[in-house]
Amino acid sequence: MPDHETHDFDVVIIGAGGAGLRAAIETKERGLRTALVCKSLLGKAHTVMAEGGAAAAMGNVWPEDNWQVHFRDTMRGGKLLNNWRMAQLHAQESPERIYELERWGALFDRTSDGRILQRDFGGHRYARLAHVGDRTGLEMIRTLQQQAVALGVEVFMECKVLRLLKDADGRASAAVGYWRPSGDFVTFNAKAFVIATGGIGKSWLFTTNSWECTGDGGAIAAWAGADMLDMEFVQFHPTCMVWPMTARGILVTEGVRGDGGALRNAEGRRFMFDYIPPMFASETANTEEEADRWYDDHTNNRRPPDLLPRDEVARSINSEVKAGRGSPHGGVFLDIATRRSPEYIRRRLPSMYHQFKELAGLDITTDPMEVAPFQHYMMGGIWVEADTGATTVPGLFAAGEAAAGMHGANRLGGNSLSDLLVFGRRAGMAASDFAEGRPGTPAVGEVEVDQICKAALEPFGRDGGESPYDVHRNLQETMQQLVGLIRTETELVQALAELDKLDERSQNMSVTGTPAYNPGWNLATDLPAMLTVSRLVTRAAMERRESRGGQTRDDYPNADPELGKVNLVQHIRPDGTYEVEQVPLPPMPAELAALLEEEPK
Amino acid sequence: MSPDLAPGTNPVNDHLSPQAPPEARSEARSDVHQGPSADGEPSVTLSVWRGDLGGGAFVDYRMPAIEGEVVLDVVHRVQAGPAPDLACRWNCKAGKCGSCSAEVNGKPRLMCMTRMDQLPQGEPVVVAPLRTFPVIRDLVTDVSFNYAMARQLPPFAPRPPGPDGIYRMMQIDVERGQEFRKCIECFMCQDVCHVIRDHEENKGSYAGPRMFIRYMELESHPLDTNDRRELIRRRTGLSLCNITKCCTEVCPEGIHITDNAIIPLKERVVDSSYDPVAWLGRKILRRTKRSAVEAAADAPAFKSPTREDR
Repeated sequence: MPDHETHDFDVVIIGAGGAGLRAAIETKERGLRTALVCKSLLGKAHTVMAEGGAAAAMGNVWPEDNWQVHFRDTMRGGKLLNNWRMAQLHAQESPERIYELERWGALFDRTSDGRILQRDFGGHRYARLAHVGDRTGLEMIRTLQQQAVALGVEVFMECKVLRLLKDADGRASAAVGYWRPSGDFVTFNAKAFVIATGGIGKSWLFTTNSWECTGDGGAIAAWAGADMLDMEFVQFHPTCMVWPMTARGILVTEGVRGDGGALRNAEGRRFMFDYIPPMFASETANTEEEADRWYDDHTNNRRPPDLLPRDEVARSINSEVKAGRGSPHGGVFLDIATRRSPEYIRRRLPSMYHQFKELAGLDITTDPMEVAPFQHYMMGGIWVEADTGATTVPGLFAAGEAAAGMHGANRLGGNSLSDLLVFGRRAGMAASDFAEGRPGTPAVGEVEVDQICKAALEPFGRDGGESPYDVHRNLQETMQQLVGLIRTETELVQALAELDKLDERSQNMSVTGTPAYNPGWNLATDLPAMLTVSRLVTRAAMERRESRGGQTRDDYPNADPELGKVNLVQHIRPDGTYEVEQVPLPPMPAELAALLEEEPK
Repeated sequence: MSPDLAPGTNPVNDHLSPQAPPEARSEARSDVHQGPSADGEPSVTLSVWRGDLGGGAFVDYRMPAIEGEVVLDVVHRVQAGPAPDLACRWNCKAGKCGSCSAEVNGKPRLMCMTRMDQLPQGEPVVVAPLRTFPVIRDLVTDVSFNYAMARQLPPFAPRPPGPDGIYRMMQIDVERGQEFRKCIECFMCQDVCHVIRDHEENKGSYAGPRMFIRYMELESHPLDTNDRRELIRRRTGLSLCNITKCCTEVCPEGIHITDNAIIPLKERVVDSSYDPVAWLGRKILRRTKRSAVEAAADAPAFKSPTREDR
């Protein structure tokens, strides 16, 4: 048995992307003993890959912009299933969180009068995304990382958390995991925990997500009894690389369209004009001329349909491909070469230029890109209280992509980076309050801890079992084929049956070698989380018999007004069975509801 | 129904790696060809260093060739087939996170951005861990040196904002710093720097190119008020660099490390130490930056040791 060490902290934060780092800064500034635990090296979390920018109504480019407009855009983009209070807090607090990054050393691109420049993105009425070229996530994670280091936050890098344990009173009290370099086990006892583990993309074959995005946070919260919200709403980013096959799924920033890029089918037609939904008709241009004028004059023209919310664009691309009007490798064309100068493209989109040049041998200043929708983001996740990020488990908080509610049925581009900052900070504050108010030293049973470690090591002692890589590959194929962008009852039922089989196979995995830096074993310990989260997604997708946002049902193609009034909440019972419940949306104050009705000028 | 299916293509099956025979899954430790390969099919051979601090050797894996692949793709297929415990770091697979640095055919490269078809064909592609850092296992090295150096840096200390509470900076003034902030911390510049690559004894007193661009970034930051020049002179070992530009050549972000950071930094440090006019000027004029002693007092260096220091 490998070594086992134990640490005591006030607050333990799991995940060191934007939300985890922002939470850690908050708890450390409060003077609390803070541990930041992450699966990769510090600064490599998935936030680093974010490209386009962070949405915040600073009004630096369009003075007409304000939090009310941002709130409206967010709610409408989320098909009104968002938690209104989270959308409100996010719209109100994002500008201050961006300015705070600047005080910590971030260098955003500037307007001509020296303020933070903002760029256009889908679903946002005004240019609203603070950015640094197309590497905004790198700027954000580096700034937060450097601030956390300056404050002396203790970081446990390359450390994977397996389970969360509660004390006799049901409060989150310990996290048990292992060091990836050595394979040694580690227990963190703490008064409060923040889950900030990000996305779940690695359950799909083609995803923009990195290997880390295995839904660990959602799974350990659900296993500990936390409620899970909106699990059916998975975002498929409309523009990802499709070719070469091995680069399939790499993100192509929405900034390409924000900066003038247009979607075209095999016939060269700007097909998005054929797919403008009634909900957005009054704010979307219906001629190419108006759409092109909009880039210079937002006041007198309406937004191009290429910049509809992501769910709309992804579905439209899928329809074009299905109708046989796709590009040679199964996507559509994204053209900025004929619309902007090479200098402009290289300055505004340097990493897109580099990425296509290196991986596809394609010059985006002369040729169109081929793009298609692939898994990108999880709107659903752990249910949290809007103001605090508190989950239904006392002492357990969540923020960022792992938490749910903020984005409703569909997230607008740019809202994620500001979400991390706003709710990372709030979860850090609330976790600090909880830790300060919790007397005594948290304690959990040693037997339970031992069981977790023994179970994790079982694949080493088993000969001739399944390869974790095979189980993972089959899970990815199942989710890609049966629980993708377009869903049907038959396929979802089939997916659940496949998940049952995969569950069984995952009980019978073998790995070779030792626990020290062993990717096969690491994958074997990630798979239980992936399987649980995949099941939660599939069950919720079955239960919502309508099409809305990230949930498109071929067998229920329309939105159902009754289902528009509820969120789906799931819960794993102590006996391991799942419970799905329809919960009415929290009532929205009249003054906020009025903002949604208002027509754009 | 998945969103990605074009007529006539099935990406799932195109993308599948062949199943390895069970005997190929045993632990690889000898210098033999182990991967599956069908006769007549085009193949590639990866020669990967396997081992740990106790020693190791190159092991060849012959795999079917797949169009458009990067080195990291082949490493992943080796993991899913003949060597499930092959240790390798990676995250984004898009050249944005700097995790998958390794020495490919003797040169530091990001494995995710190195296409197989741009390497010499018909011979094994040799993949080894970064040499400058202690190996943990296979391609994974202990890069904690870089994190320890980052903790020694006196933090950013901005001047107060304007009356409206907002900073104004011109694009031209932030561009120098932005160049350095493109750094993805792949640590290949540190790996290739012979001051530490060939001289382990220098590691205690040499920050390396990655940290030099960080110091220069703060030196050129329009808002920063800390003067770190004395600290740079005394503690970062800047004078050990003799400007061979190896770091600049390997930077995957194209940062002009030597010309835009190291050389200007050397000039600034020299000016602050030896220029009598500058010295007199500092005596007479009101200081706008804090002194090195004050800055050093803020430095979190050598305190609060964390896990990476062990």
